[in-house]
Amino acid sequence: MLTMQDVSKSFLGVRVLHGVSLDLEPGEVHALVGENGAGKSTLMKVLAGEYAPDEGTITLDGTVHAFSHPVQAQAAGIGLIHQEFALLPHRTVAENVFLGREPVRRGFVDRRAMERRTAELLAELDETGIAPHTLVKDLSVARQQTVEIVKALAASDVRVLVMDEPTAPLADHEVELLYALIRRLAARGIGILYISHRLREVFDLSRRITVLKDGRKVATLTTAETTADDVVRAMVGRELGSYYPPRADPAEIGEPLLTTAGAGNERLAGIDLTLRAGEVTGVAGLQGSGRTSLVRALFGAAPFTRGSMTVAGRPLRPAGPRQAIRGGVALVTEDRKGEGLALRQSVRDNALLVTRAVHGAGGQAGGVDGLLERVNLRSRGHDQEVQYLSGGNQQKVVIAKWLAAGPRVLLFDEPTRGVDVGAKAAIHTLVRELARDGMAVLIVSSELPELIGMSDRIVVMADGTFAGELPAGAGEEDIMRLATASDATPEGSAA
Amino acid sequence: MTTTTPPTTTAGPASVVGALGRRLGTGAPVYVLLAVLLAALAITDPGFYEPDSFLAFIKRAAPLVILAAGQYMVIVSGGFDLSVGAVVTAGVVAGAEFYGSYPDAPWLLVTAGLLLAGAIVGLVNGLITTVLLVPSFITTLGMMLILEGAVFYWTGGSPQGVLPESFRNFGRGEAGGWLPWAVLAVLAVGALAWWLMRADFGRTLLATGDNERAAALAGVRVPRVRTLAFVLSGTAAALAAVLVAGFSGVSAQAGRGLEFEAITAVVLGGVILGGGRGSVVAAMAGAFSLQALFTLLNLQGVSGALESTVQGFIVIAAVGLGATGLPGLSRLRRRRSQPSEGKSSS
Repeated sequence: MLTMQDVSKSFLGVRVLHGVSLDLEPGEVHALVGENGAGKSTLMKVLAGEYAPDEGTITLDGTVHAFSHPVQAQAAGIGLIHQEFALLPHRTVAENVFLGREPVRRGFVDRRAMERRTAELLAELDETGIAPHTLVKDLSVARQQTVEIVKALAASDVRVLVMDEPTAPLADHEVELLYALIRRLAARGIGILYISHRLREVFDLSRRITVLKDGRKVATLTTAETTADDVVRAMVGRELGSYYPPRADPAEIGEPLLTTAGAGNERLAGIDLTLRAGEVTGVAGLQGSGRTSLVRALFGAAPFTRGSMTVAGRPLRPAGPRQAIRGGVALVTEDRKGEGLALRQSVRDNALLVTRAVHGAGGQAGGVDGLLERVNLRSRGHDQEVQYLSGGNQQKVVIAKWLAAGPRVLLFDEPTRGVDVGAKAAIHTLVRELARDGMAVLIVSSELPELIGMSDRIVVMADGTFAGELPAGAGEEDIMRLATASDATPEGSAA
Repeated sequence: MTTTTPPTTTAGPASVVGALGRRLGTGAPVYVLLAVLLAALAITDPGFYEPDSFLAFIKRAAPLVILAAGQYMVIVSGGFDLSVGAVVTAGVVAGAEFYGSYPDAPWLLVTAGLLLAGAIVGLVNGLITTVLLVPSFITTLGMMLILEGAVFYWTGGSPQGVLPESFRNFGRGEAGGWLPWAVLAVLAVGALAWWLMRADFGRTLLATGDNERAAALAGVRVPRVRTLAFVLSGTAAALAAVLVAGFSGVSAQAGRGLEFEAITAVVLGGVILGGGRGSVVAAMAGAFSLQALFTLLNLQGVSGALESTVQGFIVIAAVGLGATGLPGLSRLRRRRSQPSEGKSSS
């Protein structure tokens, strides 16, 4: 029914899809899996007309399409359910379903026809619990998702429905309802492309599984004839770069500088963590597993509400960043431009911001030069605005900003995101040096090679808690197995 | 890719020029504008640079310059203060009413009292904006209306009371018989603002206006810093009220429109609305420019009624130019920034 043939796509000269082919049969649930950045979302956006492919063709029911706009893909029968819903919360279900295509009668919107048609569509899906005149904001997340699906169905004769991590926003008991809905849609002959990190769902729902890695298709497997291990192996399995600095010698690892016991908040539970001087602890996990929530809680930006925490031997469960900073904790956030830098201020002012805000820099301004040299910043002088620096140099300014405050514990969330290869190696070396100087370091990274190369041990997170811990040198497969096992481990994964 | 590692920082003559250009960057046009206007004034009125006449010009400009310094603090932190004109009016009227009841009150005490009251108005503005999260535009608009209404209710439109000479001397008298107190006030406020913006407070204020989220995560007490900006603006407005009261005497219209003149001045100084960029000295130069322009128009026989029309044109032009930038300048800047990015990827 649907065939994508040799699809390639580049952004700014970086190839993110390399000749990917995929086919979908009517009534089939076809899962698309891969690590973060493997190209799943890009491939689906090409299908949905959001990106035009550089090469390759899309054939739907025998017609070759070249979509240049999402509306064209929609008209051809391709529906896309995003992770974030595109619903207007203060409008009714019917208004959302017919948004932009309202039936008109004598120049006015025919509300009655709109609500009747919405009710019919809902009834076709056995979703009779949703009244067309309810405001969307009053619905549960699961029902909002159903409205989103109905909206896609109402837009055209949908042949293909793409669902991007549809269970991510749902509670456990809602997942079963979604499964049922997906099966009903498939029974009507709609082909479903199902993107998910959670292998359990993939095995529950799909007929076939296509694995992407680094923008290439690794394999298309028949679900009934494969195991979770095969899929994980296909998802990882790549060569590790050798440019990482040497790991810590056991003798270099010292006293605990940060500990938590039974800590948690609305997103985290049962966090028992010990960060030691001289040690780099890696935190692995899929998107949404709680990695970022963890560093934010340790830094007080989204504080723990339960459990205990100590920093440098003293009890401190920070209620805000200021308290954490005073205790000696620093956080390099993943959103450098949004949260790490004041882009229109100079290198010097950014580097001094923490000291000025928390300790009162006063006459210390001179010390910043040494720090910026320490992080090996390349700039046209310290008066340059940071917005004109490259990503790598911006990150060095962020790191210098924290070093100026003399932290004991350094938390890095995606430290090399958006950083070129040369600066990446420099940051890796710097992070290791800081550990060697006696700081406790924690790194969150979606890039498993980076995490494995940098870490003295790796903690794996899933569903807001620790799923396990691995020693230095653990393989990507071990990590992915822990990360994807989620609440139910597929049989045979222990092998 | 290059064979030798470049030095960590290039400290050649190019970077000195660059640093100077950057420092003047946002403010440069206003200094040019001010110079042009002052030259035009000299041509129109040959006596303009007589010491007395020039000092009198500064004296007339003083309230606006001081208001602009206060307004700058709020704008650069990402807000507006529309209440300052009403604070000036209320200050003048309150002073007059106070002297109506206590004719013998010492001028220093009354002045200090007014400054304190201005600071309190600013504190209220700041707390409503940062704690109740009411946008500052609305908060200070509300404060403006409240104060205007209160003054009208209190005085019935025609304020009573006479301000004694001792109190008015600060606004219209001279120290040592030749140097107006108002000029000294401008110098003091300018020096204080300049110093504040170089101190921890000023740098964190700029960072907060630029990226509030990043500032908060760096440990900046954002609500406190922003509230302090309003307090400074309110205090500056009260100081302007004392000068206006001395210079022009009692009127229920004493501060009418001053908030927009102050915002115009700040914008003219190249300060970006929304916060994070601009210099306080340039903002004060913007106030001088505006005053010079009004003086020039007056000398040219243009009706004073057109002042607000002119002001309207200026605000739109200044923000428009600031948004699009002078095309040549921004291209230059982009080119200058590229080599550093090239280097880092080697």
